[in-house]
Amino acid sequence: MADQSRIRNFSIIAHIDHGKSTLADRLLERTGAISERDMRDQVLDEMDLERERGITIKANAVRIDYEHPSGDTYELNLIDTPGHVDFSYEVSRSLQACEGALLVVDASQGVEAQTLANAYVAIEEGLEIIPVVNKIDLPAADPVAVAAELAAVVGGSPGEVLHVSAKTGEGIDELLESIVARLPPPDGDPNASLRALVFDSYYDTYRGVVSHIRIVDGSVAERDAIRFMATGLDVETDELGVRRPKMEPMPGLDAGQVGYLITGVKEIDLIRVGDTVTRAEAPAGESLPGYDEPKPMVFAGLFPTDGDDFERLREALEKLRLNDSSLVYQPETSRALGFGFRAGFLGLLHMDIVRERLEREYDLDLITTAPSVAYVANKADGTTLAVRSPQDLPPPGELDTVEEPVVEVMIITPSEYIGTVMELVQQRRGEMGDMTYLTPERAELHYRLPLAEMVMDFFDQLKSRTKGYASLDYEPAEYQASDLVRVDILLNGQPVDAFSTIVHRDKAYVYGKAMVERLKELIPRQLFDVPVQAAIGSRIISRETIKAKRKDVTAKCYGGDITRKRKLLERQKEGKKRMKMVGTVEVPQEAFVAALRLNE
Amino acid sequence: MSLNLSSSPASPDSPGLADAAAFWKSAYVHLPFCAERCPYCDFAVVTVDEGGTGSMVDRYVDAVIAEIAMEEPFGPLDAVNLGGGTPSRLTSAQLRQIVDALDEHHGIANGAEMSLEANPEDWTVNFGKALVAAGFNRISFGVQSFDEDVLRSLGRNHSADQAEVAAREAIGQFVTVNLDLIYGTPGESMASWEATVDRALGLEPEHLSAYALTVERGTDLSRAISAGATAPDPDDQADKYEHLAERAPEVRLVRYEVSNWCRPGHHCRYNLSTWTMGEFIAFGIGANDHRNGRRSRNVRRLDAYLEGIDAGERPRAGSERLDEAEAERERLAIGLRLTAGVVAGEHGERFLDGPEGARHLQAGTLARQGDRIVVLRPLLTDAVARATLSVPN
Repeated sequence: MADQSRIRNFSIIAHIDHGKSTLADRLLERTGAISERDMRDQVLDEMDLERERGITIKANAVRIDYEHPSGDTYELNLIDTPGHVDFSYEVSRSLQACEGALLVVDASQGVEAQTLANAYVAIEEGLEIIPVVNKIDLPAADPVAVAAELAAVVGGSPGEVLHVSAKTGEGIDELLESIVARLPPPDGDPNASLRALVFDSYYDTYRGVVSHIRIVDGSVAERDAIRFMATGLDVETDELGVRRPKMEPMPGLDAGQVGYLITGVKEIDLIRVGDTVTRAEAPAGESLPGYDEPKPMVFAGLFPTDGDDFERLREALEKLRLNDSSLVYQPETSRALGFGFRAGFLGLLHMDIVRERLEREYDLDLITTAPSVAYVANKADGTTLAVRSPQDLPPPGELDTVEEPVVEVMIITPSEYIGTVMELVQQRRGEMGDMTYLTPERAELHYRLPLAEMVMDFFDQLKSRTKGYASLDYEPAEYQASDLVRVDILLNGQPVDAFSTIVHRDKAYVYGKAMVERLKELIPRQLFDVPVQAAIGSRIISRETIKAKRKDVTAKCYGGDITRKRKLLERQKEGKKRMKMVGTVEVPQEAFVAALRLNE
Repeated sequence: MSLNLSSSPASPDSPGLADAAAFWKSAYVHLPFCAERCPYCDFAVVTVDEGGTGSMVDRYVDAVIAEIAMEEPFGPLDAVNLGGGTPSRLTSAQLRQIVDALDEHHGIANGAEMSLEANPEDWTVNFGKALVAAGFNRISFGVQSFDEDVLRSLGRNHSADQAEVAAREAIGQFVTVNLDLIYGTPGESMASWEATVDRALGLEPEHLSAYALTVERGTDLSRAISAGATAPDPDDQADKYEHLAERAPEVRLVRYEVSNWCRPGHHCRYNLSTWTMGEFIAFGIGANDHRNGRRSRNVRRLDAYLEGIDAGERPRAGSERLDEAEAERERLAIGLRLTAGVVAGEHGERFLDGPEGARHLQAGTLARQGDRIVVLRPLLTDAVARATLSVPN
């Protein structure tokens, strides 16, 4: 039976690039969990994609055996959390498995919007916070000032803030001692019936569903008959263990401990994150508090370039969903693009990551339509319709009002950029809320903004206007009625539903004109003239013509070098593979993506 | 004068002629030497500065003759074509040696087409006589333009007047004279091209080739354009092509391939056979041949070529043999360049029945004529050819 007083379960909360992963690495290395040789930078990030983007996507749980100076050994369970605004859902999930959290801030950057947002989540969960200022080794670091900022956020004193450098190892020993000293141990009932929280799961091709669990009460051993309370699924445990970070099977796990569970189950839907695991016989009476389903904020159409790949896309989405229950999707048909799916994502980053994974891991050639939000159409006849893709919007004649989702935005920026940030928000139909100064140099601004205005590169614009210093967090607020219209694009007189977008009426003309001009640049000349038009309903608001090509021939046939001529034609033919026929017009795949990112 | 071919079909663009061409046997010899490299040229060329003069030329001629002897007899030849480079930089004696070697090892048929390329600045009446005596009955002049400014920007070393004199005198001596023209050079106005066309047609040559200026990788022209020079404008080139096509019939020139016109009986046998999957032997650096279903090419570098020959080996750089299906696709894609089009065959039929074929039929770029597919808009030939390559086997 494990001694709960010797266990500490904690997470590291930090903004991207503030050194969370390096800190995790350092803790592993300092406690001997991995040898110098084994150590790769950022061991816990398993996916290439994560490493590339420098972010964590999946939560991962690692057990560290720490030899305290007192001579006692403590079991420290580090639960890694994602660090991006899209994934606050995942953050709260992993925090429920912990009693404490290290709140880490870069000593040269200061407190960011995300740090704040996640700190509030942690405090709401009742976690004990250890504030940490990291990267004190950097020349630009100002640990004292940042410690003061951080202390203000958590409501403590600057003296409680630890100063560390994950890179050099300075302050790590003190940090480890603080984890033991300041974070409370778990206090479940080891004699009660088993209750374990499933706080994460993923799908392994060979083992099936692997769940990460936190034992709250009781214990579980190999070969135990267990029950998943929400789904009522009864299974036998195949394997239990911990990650160190490599998986190490154990005979059992006790109250307060964290580990993984393999049951041989292959269907991810049978094991719900947030569920409680208990014994099949003499089960616990009450389940642990679970989670709300995350709400997708951003939608996009996903279509295979080659219609024959639809099945492969479907399978790939199923597999992705195994590891990412926040990904939602349903089949959708586009007249222009054929059969595909409309998928919902937690945000733009989530969307980009899913798209890249589909293309890279599942080798799919995809067309993604513009990210859009879910609208609500209130029709004149009194009925209400959910509008997840522009095609769903009823014609103007049938509409009473159209509502769009609005978000509460928090931006932290250096004071010198307040003006340009305000300008950006105003351009995006934002409503200014209040503004406070964290320090004389850094301000926290609150706004309400239509989500639709955010999904079109708002974040990139914010970064570029503030030279990268501003940070952003947002939360859904409510739906509000706006003067919204659908702008359609017609190629050769035919509407191409993939290019339709819902925009505010005031922006319709500019949008339509920009789209039409962009498409004229991106679509190659055809065998005939192609008119490109933007329309609202039946009214054309902008028009360009792609003139027919006159010449597509190499004048000389290279004398006897027939091979060269043939190879040239074949190469050109290959180059056309990423063409999609839209009616009689050949449209390159890139046109779909590029046309819809007008500001890039 | 006319070439007395025993069975010469009436029109250069007739299907019968195209079908016959597939069976002609030709030989090509590459003579790479030039005074300078023209900015647009990407052929295998050795300039004077690169040592392409004097004893090097002698050595090369010997090597080519040795190579001719290495090839399995392939006669009798219906056509011999000397290209380059600038074949007219060789002496008539050297050129005769080469022709004799071909006759000796492969045999040249009576009435065979014997053609060479020449630059106007190398022409003299006496040179012409010597060439005729050596057996040549066709000469092709690299005129390119009759506009002095265009000639300079194309790096040519002759004047418009020189070209005109050479053409006139040659027409009096050779069975067929061809003029090569280039249109669409940046800076060439429409008026300039019209004047060139006017002057070229005024000479009433038996054969005319006109090529749009093409930017090939690795040339000075392409480097200049990368550095910001104006590139040729395809719409301008389309206009200029159409202008020539409109006027050519005035002097009884019939278009029989995308870029080639001639009077009946004066088609270029060698070229026609290469466009119809005909077989031909070839010698010299960078030369390409087609024999026994295999296409092979020689090395491009002069030193490598000479070393190979000295070692008694054919200096090959590579070869390919296409299977039946691939050869069919090639036949279609290349043959569409002929005005007479190509016999569709099974592959062609599948193309016409499929979505790509339908698209082109609807756009009016091609038509079915009997059992043949014919391109109706020669300026879009590659678009059609590519479409035929897209049909799966």
